[in-house]
Amino acid sequence: MALRFGKKKYSSVQVRKRDVPDGLWEKCPGCGEILYAKQLEESLQVCSKCTHHFTLGRQKRIEMFADEGSFVEWDAELTSADPLGFTGKDSYIAKLEANQKKTGFKDAVTCGAAKLSGRDIGLGVMDFSFLGASMGSVVGEKITRLIERCTAEKRPCILVCASGGARMYEGLYSLMQMAKTSAALARHAKAGLPYIPVLTNPTMAGVMASFATLGDVIIAEPGALIGFAGPRVIKETTQQDLPEGFQRAEFLEKHGLIDMVIPRSQLKERVALILDYMAGA
Amino acid sequence: MPPFTLPFEKPVFELEKKLHELEAFSKKQDIDVSHEIERMKEKIAATRGQIYGNLTAWQKVQVARHPERPYTMDYIRNMTTDFVEIHGDRIHADDRAIIGGFAKIDGQKVMIIGSQKGRDTRSNLECNFGCAYPEGYRKALRLMRLADKFNVPIITLIDTPGAFPGLESEERHIAEAIAVNLREMFNIRVPIIVTIIGEGGSGGALGIGIGDRILIFEHAYYSVISPEGCAAILFKDRAYADQSAEALKITAQHLIENKLADEIVPEPKGGAHTDQKAAADNLKAALLRNLAELKAQTAEQLMIARYDKFRAMGVFQE
Repeated sequence: MALRFGKKKYSSVQVRKRDVPDGLWEKCPGCGEILYAKQLEESLQVCSKCTHHFTLGRQKRIEMFADEGSFVEWDAELTSADPLGFTGKDSYIAKLEANQKKTGFKDAVTCGAAKLSGRDIGLGVMDFSFLGASMGSVVGEKITRLIERCTAEKRPCILVCASGGARMYEGLYSLMQMAKTSAALARHAKAGLPYIPVLTNPTMAGVMASFATLGDVIIAEPGALIGFAGPRVIKETTQQDLPEGFQRAEFLEKHGLIDMVIPRSQLKERVALILDYMAGA
Repeated sequence: MPPFTLPFEKPVFELEKKLHELEAFSKKQDIDVSHEIERMKEKIAATRGQIYGNLTAWQKVQVARHPERPYTMDYIRNMTTDFVEIHGDRIHADDRAIIGGFAKIDGQKVMIIGSQKGRDTRSNLECNFGCAYPEGYRKALRLMRLADKFNVPIITLIDTPGAFPGLESEERHIAEAIAVNLREMFNIRVPIIVTIIGEGGSGGALGIGIGDRILIFEHAYYSVISPEGCAAILFKDRAYADQSAEALKITAQHLIENKLADEIVPEPKGGAHTDQKAAADNLKAALLRNLAELKAQTAEQLMIARYDKFRAMGVFQE
């Protein structure tokens, strides 16, 4: 079940219009504080007053994890086809082109080789601003290749997750990406290699029901919305009142799914430390 | 008279009504109209064949959801002997939306696991309308590992609108339960044959849907999202369910075309709900044939082929 990624209801974090020239100031959706955009950028898009975590763009995210100059992208040219010739209110092709233009990327994930505190890793970063980081054939294929290559080259795999769910425009092909990525993780695990997903706001549905929850440890950023079905779907289906903080990272840590909630500023060193433990005695 | 008639089945329903009238008339007046009755029966069969030979995607969805359609327990009853049901995930509960156990098909031992729907309010509440909780998926995996340990092939039957979207489902990590199944089904060393018998509802279906063969009944469907859900999001109106069913390419015929399923199991004319036994016979024949092929392979061969099968799914440009 996919989240309605066109709407913003579920998440207090919105895809921000980063590059507008008048974007000198940002209002924090957490505390309402008006923040100086440049300062916000320096603090990795975390509010200095309430520590609300804004969305961090994929380039910044790569810079945050990869040692300087170490990132080498893999499979950058993979592009979505339109296997079903899908036309709803808008055609899939038109949506793709608009999102490619908006983001400057071919699809919703960037993968590659990197060094993390001197250690060779494979790194994938999903980008919610590209069609809600929904998983179609390209996202599934790039992530599968990332994992397979990590297995072959004996690299730990770090995957920064974000997604509204499946990419409906690709029908059942998109569902099968869950199977494909999980299959690759079965082999990666068998090879005894570390895999750490880092769940960011929001990580939902098909991505949650595959590689996002198959980590050796599962890390989440503070406040991230994380779950299978969207809160609105749950409310509509069950008429249940949902508790405060439902499907937030802290809620899931308390309920035993997320191993740890780590603030963005400490993520890299924590992951490095965990990888060090996983390298064995 | 069938208790439930789909809108597009109305011509058949009208003819059947006439047939009953004719039969009643013949009996009451003691007049022999057997010739007319025979002709009427032929006409009914032809009309039914005509309708069912040309179903739209959305009509197939309705057939797949037909309340008289055979469910997992019906197939177990009509297709197997010596069923030994096994309950519970040994963590939380026994989910009745996914049932399973050992059974024999033509004397061959299998582990059969499938979604279960109910036929009335009570049974539907018991099995939650075929929508499994995390414990359903965890039970399924436990049964699969049991089968793996004792070298018994696995048959899964899928018929679910989807995994259950609810508070408890999330609190017990439905996403993780499905994800673990996806990964672990690639580690199973015995043959797995998956059949979509009715509704293949998204991740909830895929959670028991990894296998060496993917079979799908003639009028079943398999989709990443319900046609209604897709209509609400991409067409901005649930009333467009028929168009979104078409656009999503969810029918058995489309899945074969797109290499997302291996084989169509034929249904009796008028759909599986008109003749549960015939539907079970067709499935049994398909399962036995595929079992024979898969049993001839080593565990290593099976696992590599299973990986490659799903690895190839996806369409992109490079």
